[in-house]
Amino acid sequence: MKRAIATLPILIALVFGAFFLWGLNPDRDPNAIPSVLISQPAPDFDLPAVESIGVPGLSREDLFGNSDPVVVNVFASWCVPCRAEHAVLTRMVERDGVRLFGINYKDKPEDARAWLQNLGNPYERIGSDLSGRAGIEWGISGVPETFIVAGDDTVLYRYVGPVVGAEAEEKFATALAQARTRNGGNS
Amino acid sequence: MKWKSLAATMMLAALPFTAQAVEPDEILDDPALEARAREISKDLRCVVCQNQDIDSSNAGVARDLRLLVRERLVAGDTDAEVMEFVRARYGDYVLLKPPFKLETYALWLAPALLLLFGAGTVIVVLRSSRARSVADKLSDDDERMVAEILTAENEVSS
Repeated sequence: MKRAIATLPILIALVFGAFFLWGLNPDRDPNAIPSVLISQPAPDFDLPAVESIGVPGLSREDLFGNSDPVVVNVFASWCVPCRAEHAVLTRMVERDGVRLFGINYKDKPEDARAWLQNLGNPYERIGSDLSGRAGIEWGISGVPETFIVAGDDTVLYRYVGPVVGAEAEEKFATALAQARTRNGGNS
Repeated sequence: MKWKSLAATMMLAALPFTAQAVEPDEILDDPALEARAREISKDLRCVVCQNQDIDSSNAGVARDLRLLVRERLVAGDTDAEVMEFVRARYGDYVLLKPPFKLETYALWLAPALLLLFGAGTVIVVLRSSRARSVADKLSDDDERMVAEILTAENEVSS
């Protein structure tokens, strides 16, 4: 009994030590909010096109029945990091043949139009989410956010913030590659 | 006069703290519904400025969620249904009061367990210290030693 009590401080120190070690892990982001959408069907939404840009709108049906996973990117012309991310997304579309859909979040149509004319349009479809309601359906906390959606409209991955920089791009590319093998395995 | 100006200054200085995130155009006409909306908003976490409820947050998403809460209430949802509506989209994370379930047992039970552990330690320590009975008399050997020391001291000083 005495001996058991004597080991208690060591045990307590070990438990606390392990907890602190876990807390100090630089890969752990305490601000990360787990998305409820992962492995769930995409939320129900139906967005009209951005006026007079000649790109169709986006709704949930467009995420269903695709042979490859698609990328859904929430962006806005007023969002500065989106500008940096735009180049990365364009490269993904042009080089890797990614199918990219966009949700234009709380953006004036004329601003969005000017932005896309200026930077180019990598999006196959763009839904205009003026009220931000579709954004809530997707559970976003800000722009940009990027989702990978499987061909059967299951949401596989969510990236919060701009996919910019070697680390982020690699993370996203890995997730996309995994999504593709999953799709291949299903068919 | 001095007091009056001081009071006025303090009131003016306190004014910014009474500022609300809820904007006039959000407020519902029905005071009962509005009161319920405020209560619900206080239990929902803002996903942008975490650790703040949406009722006091100026973030865009917080405003959208406040409007959503009011919209659901007007549509006739109960408080619980509104909470569930938001939780379905943002997860347990938006609830400032986490639900009691498998993942949160440690969170809810740890304080009670730590308290029990602490109380147990205190009782054990107190018991063992009381058990060690304090002798109120010196033993014969001790008495002899004290006498020897005292006589030795006396001889040195005299």
